[in-house]
Amino acid sequence: MADLEKFRTEAHQWLFDNSPSSVRGLTLALGEGNWGGRKATYANPDMKHWLEVMAERGWTAPEWPIHYGGGGLSKAEAKILREEMARLKLPESLSGFGLTMIGPTLLEYGTEEQKREHLPKIVRGEIRWCQGYSEPGSGSDLASLQTRAVLQGDYYIINGQKVWTSYANLSDWMFLLVRTDPQAKKQEGITFILMDMSTPGVEVRPIKLISGSSPFCETFLTDVTVPAKNVVFKVNHGWTVAKALLNHERTMIAAAFGSGVGRRRTIRDWARDYVDFVGERVADAALRQRMVQYEMDNLAFKLTTDRARDAAKAGRLPGPESSMFKIYGTELNQRRQELLLSIAGPQALGWEGSGFEERELSLTRDWLRSRGNTIEGGTSEVQLNIIAKRVLGLPD
Amino acid sequence: MQLVLTEDQELLAKTAADFARAYAPVSRVRALRDAQEPVGFSRTLWKQMADLGWVGILIPEAYGGAGMGLADLAVVLEALGRTLAPEPFLSTVLLGGQVLTSAGSEAQKQAWLPGIIAGEKILTIAYQEIRSRYDLNRLTTTAERQGEGWLLSGKKIQVLDGYTADALIVSARTAGAANDADGITLFLVPQDTPGLKVTRQQRVDNRAVALVSLNGVKVGTEGLIGSLNGGLQVLSHVVDRATVGLCAEMLGGMSQIFDDTLAYLKTRQQFGVLIGTFQALQHRAARLFMEIELARSSVMAAARAADEGNPDFTSLVSLAKARCSDTFILAANEGIQMHGGIGMTDEHDVGFYLKRARAAEMTFGDAAWHRDRWARLHQY
Repeated sequence: MADLEKFRTEAHQWLFDNSPSSVRGLTLALGEGNWGGRKATYANPDMKHWLEVMAERGWTAPEWPIHYGGGGLSKAEAKILREEMARLKLPESLSGFGLTMIGPTLLEYGTEEQKREHLPKIVRGEIRWCQGYSEPGSGSDLASLQTRAVLQGDYYIINGQKVWTSYANLSDWMFLLVRTDPQAKKQEGITFILMDMSTPGVEVRPIKLISGSSPFCETFLTDVTVPAKNVVFKVNHGWTVAKALLNHERTMIAAAFGSGVGRRRTIRDWARDYVDFVGERVADAALRQRMVQYEMDNLAFKLTTDRARDAAKAGRLPGPESSMFKIYGTELNQRRQELLLSIAGPQALGWEGSGFEERELSLTRDWLRSRGNTIEGGTSEVQLNIIAKRVLGLPD
Repeated sequence: MQLVLTEDQELLAKTAADFARAYAPVSRVRALRDAQEPVGFSRTLWKQMADLGWVGILIPEAYGGAGMGLADLAVVLEALGRTLAPEPFLSTVLLGGQVLTSAGSEAQKQAWLPGIIAGEKILTIAYQEIRSRYDLNRLTTTAERQGEGWLLSGKKIQVLDGYTADALIVSARTAGAANDADGITLFLVPQDTPGLKVTRQQRVDNRAVALVSLNGVKVGTEGLIGSLNGGLQVLSHVVDRATVGLCAEMLGGMSQIFDDTLAYLKTRQQFGVLIGTFQALQHRAARLFMEIELARSSVMAAARAADEGNPDFTSLVSLAKARCSDTFILAANEGIQMHGGIGMTDEHDVGFYLKRARAAEMTFGDAAWHRDRWARLHQY
């Protein structure tokens, strides 16, 4: 315990000495932070500097081993580091799929060569990663994917199409699932492979959504040549890797929605600007009831994520319950967006141009975008199947 | 706040679950109902629970109790809630015992707490009236000064274990206008006091409740609990704590009926297959699972908030009670629907859970009442 308190003091001092004062207290919306990569742009030069000092120390990936560029911290130390960063109001120095998804996956399944090649670049924010899973014909039924990889000598030749690849246009590498054995049962002929996006034959087109422009892309792969040594884990065993990674994704999505931590304006703040109050109470009893029901459900959900975290700390493993957090967290976000529409009324109908405030225009777009929350990362229906079968043990 | 059971609590939970399965199965609740005898619970079992130390969990060590917390008692109540055990935890431990522990005089504590801990004395609170619904301040029972003491008159309804209680703690107006928060006083009235009439009521969940009428019941100064006119504060706090205990019982009830329903989905066949293979039922079961998980988190948070003196305690009580009320009813309704016709028969246990779910919902405030209280606490 004394060591941990010593670490806290040192970490606090180091963070204080090395963080540019301009980034302290900087609030960044989802997607506005440092995502790294060759095409990176920075909110301001100090954010770039902040990434560099943190990467130098390995604290962009505090729990990864030092020899892969990480911080080599224990779970307890990493928690203290996060707490001290929060105390100094410091933003994340680096985000993205490299840190949250492919990095942990390589640590578990990668070869030594793959770890040495990729992990240090992720830590330093040099390479940005995207995920090539979904295909036009393979949404919820991901294992039916058709993108083919055929071995020729030391290389795979890949042909096919990926869809819903977030930020493919800004990413340098993609981790993707390809079919290497079309004769095998569908889950058994899939391989997990790493691909440089600058390889000839890779073409990326952004997708426009009902909410307007989006980070999603279609990625077309035509005779793309990828070294066979880029296969992660075993050929035809990519589904094992994919499932482990999907758990990371679900937990990430659940954390991003629902709990409402760090949200700048509560639904009550919004209500203050748009609806009548009688004293301290929202005058419209039906609207008030919806608001209170949402707030109470949100609180119960937050307590449940706290409980899962406490159970994990007490040594119990997180399991398929992540599906529950995915369903409930995304549905809460949709309820919140719809509630905000009801609160803002006709001012929530703006698309662009005059007569609408910037925040009102975001409200409209955010509401439309939120309809996708219960689809992406595995639909709610697929998550309910997972709970029914893997948690409740109901028969197939 | 750590939302995880300690090793001691896990052990206690296991002991209580084993006990409930061995000595207090649901078949016993059915037998108690069919016997139609007025006590409504088993004195022998109550004594055994006392011998296990459960009855004195909340009572300070100075009076022979364990001096433990609501989070500890909650795991016992959850286990007993699974088999709908009607033993008098609510009346004697959570209501009567807690009023005396928090506001009783030294003489009152000495006279009652050791007997409660031993499982020998039953104590309850008579607070609810025909028009009070869930507001503790809405009462018409009066206590008029007479010499050194008081004369109590009025009518109380659905007094938990009122028929068997050795004494009743009665809330009465001693000052102020109707519905005022001030001017309510608590009095300890022994069962044999002249002018006190206790009649057993038959309720849908078969819990032993009683109609209590007070016709000029004489209470001396030794019967005054806490301060004159300051009874509401004591009562509110005790009822909030008792609500957490009730929520733990409800959590047990909803968990058990959910388990029973799942087991049925895995054994019942229709159209040549197990009905648990139907996605329509799988998704409903999965949704119910999530609701029960959220209820569990809320109950654990409320119990720990009570023990840690957390300022959000009252708000968390309302969160837990609103959620447990809704979810227990949902679990029982879904239980009957998924069992189909057999679920409608008296022969099957699921109906006992539905009846208890409604009775528990309407004890200490239903979901709407608690949501409204939560709203006011959070300035909505």
